[in-house]
Amino acid sequence: MSALNLINLRKSFGAELVISDLHLRLQKHQVKVLIGASGSGKSTLLRCINLLEEIDDGQIILDGEDISAVGIDADKVRASIGSVFQAFNLFPHLTVLQNITLAPRLVHGISQPEAEVDALNLLSRFGLSEKAHQYPDLLSGGQQQRVAILRAIICKPKLLLLDEVTSALDPVLIAEVLSLISELKNDGMTMLIATHEMGFARKVADEVLFLKGGEIIESGTPHQMLEKPESAELKNFLFALEQAGRL
Amino acid sequence: MSYQPSALRLQREASRRQASRRSTTIALLSTLAVGALVIVVVTGAKGFALVRESFFSWHYAVHSFPSVLSGIWLNLRVMIIAEIFVLIFGLLLALARTSKSPVLYPVKLFATFYTDIFRGLPLLLVLLLVGFGIPGLQISWIPNSAVMLGTLSLILTYSAYVAEVIRAGIEAVNPAQRMAARALGLSQTQAQRFVVLPQALRKVTPPLLNDLVSLQKDSGLISVLGAIDAIRAAGIETAQSFNFTPYLVAGAIFIALTIPLTRFTDWLTRKQDRARQQQGQW
Repeated sequence: MSALNLINLRKSFGAELVISDLHLRLQKHQVKVLIGASGSGKSTLLRCINLLEEIDDGQIILDGEDISAVGIDADKVRASIGSVFQAFNLFPHLTVLQNITLAPRLVHGISQPEAEVDALNLLSRFGLSEKAHQYPDLLSGGQQQRVAILRAIICKPKLLLLDEVTSALDPVLIAEVLSLISELKNDGMTMLIATHEMGFARKVADEVLFLKGGEIIESGTPHQMLEKPESAELKNFLFALEQAGRL
Repeated sequence: MSYQPSALRLQREASRRQASRRSTTIALLSTLAVGALVIVVVTGAKGFALVRESFFSWHYAVHSFPSVLSGIWLNLRVMIIAEIFVLIFGLLLALARTSKSPVLYPVKLFATFYTDIFRGLPLLLVLLLVGFGIPGLQISWIPNSAVMLGTLSLILTYSAYVAEVIRAGIEAVNPAQRMAARALGLSQTQAQRFVVLPQALRKVTPPLLNDLVSLQKDSGLISVLGAIDAIRAAGIETAQSFNFTPYLVAGAIFIALTIPLTRFTDWLTRKQDRARQQQGQW
C-alpha cells in the first residue's frame, strides 16, 4: 500500500485550472521532489493534500484512506500530515519549546511533561537545545525553519509536506535546513517537497517531478531529469535556471 | 578589554548632547513664554477675582473634600465592575463578529447590530433610556437602583467599543498564523484560542487600555440618574454654597485616578514600539 496516492486530481480557482488530472503515487519512506516555475501548481498541490484547499475532482488516498471524501474530519487528517511553509509561520508569542509542544498537547492528547521531553530530545538532536526557551524572533531564519520542521514532525506524521522551505533563506542557512531534511530522509520519513533548490533535489529525491500548468510534464530520477531532460518544457526550465546561475 | 568608543563616535555623541541641550533650552523658554501669557490673560481678565473665589476657593475645597471623596468610592466600584464585564462582553462580541461558523451566524448578526447601535448612541442617551426606561417596565426582579442601571449602561456602551478594538486586533493577525495552526491539526476554535487571540490581544492592549481610561472618567455620568457619586456629591456641596470649587475637587480626583492607567498605557506602548524597533518590524 502506498503512503499517498493522488488519482485524477483537479483544482481550479474560479475559471483558472491550477491542477489538471494529476496522478502521483508516493511509497512509504519515499521522497519525491516537485520542481517547476512559480505558478506551476506546486504549492497548491501541497495545500490540497493537507486539505487546506478543497479539490474539485479526483481522490487523495492517504495510507489507504480516502481523505478527499465528503464529510471526512479534516482536523484529524491534518494532525497526521506534517506541513512546513516558506515563511516558517512559527507562533511569535510562544517559545520554541511551546511552538513544538502545542499540537502534541492540544491535538494528540500528550501530557505537557511528556511532550516537553520529546521536544527537548528532538531539539538536542538537531543542535537547537539552547534555543528551547527563546522566542522565534530571536532566532536566525535557518534556526526558525528548522524549528518549524521539528514542530511538523514531533508527532511522527505519515507524510511530510515541505513547501519551498528554503526560499526565504541565504545559502549558509539553506545548508542547515537541507542537512536536517537529509537526516529525516535517513530516518525513513515519507516526504513530498516543492523546491527551487536543484542541488537539494539531486541529493534527497528518489524521483523528481516537473510541473507546468498544473500537470506533471516529466518525471524520473534526479540524474535523468537534470542531466538528460527530454521534454522541451523541462529543457527550457533548466536553461532558465542555468542562466540565473541556480542549477 | 574594555570598550573604547572611537573618536568619530565621541564626536557624534558630543554633537548630539549639544543639540539636545539646545532643544531643552528652547523648550524651557517657550514653555515659560506661553505660561506667562496665560497668566497675564487670565489674571488680567475683568472677572478674574470672581472666578477665583467661586472656582478656586481653598476654603470650599477643604470643606467639600470628604463628601466628594466618599462619592469617588462609588465611582471606583462602578469602574472596576464595569471594566471586568466590558472586557468579557467585548471579547465575546468580537469573537462572534469574526466567527465564520454557520451555526453562530445569528449571533454574528446580533453582534454586528449591537456594536452598530451602541457605538452610535451617545452614552448620556443610553443612561437615560436604561435608567428611566427599565424601572418603568416595573418588572419586580430587575433591580432599579440608579447605580446598577448606570453601571449597566456603561457596560452596554463600552462593550461595543472594546469589541471593535479586539476585532481589529484579531483581523490584524497574519492569516498564515491561523493556517499554520490548522495545518498542525488544531481545530478552528483551538487555533483562535491558542494562536490568534493571544497575538491579537497583545497588539491591541494600548487602545484597549485607552478605552478603559475613558470608561473610568465616564463613570461620573451615572450621576445623572441620581447616584451619589463624586460629581453628584460635588453638585450637592455646590448647591449649598453656590461655590463651584467642589466640581474642581471632583475633577482633580478623577484625573488622579486615571493618571496611573494612562501612564501605564504609555509605558506599554513605548515598550512594544521598542521591541518592534529592535526586531526591525516596521
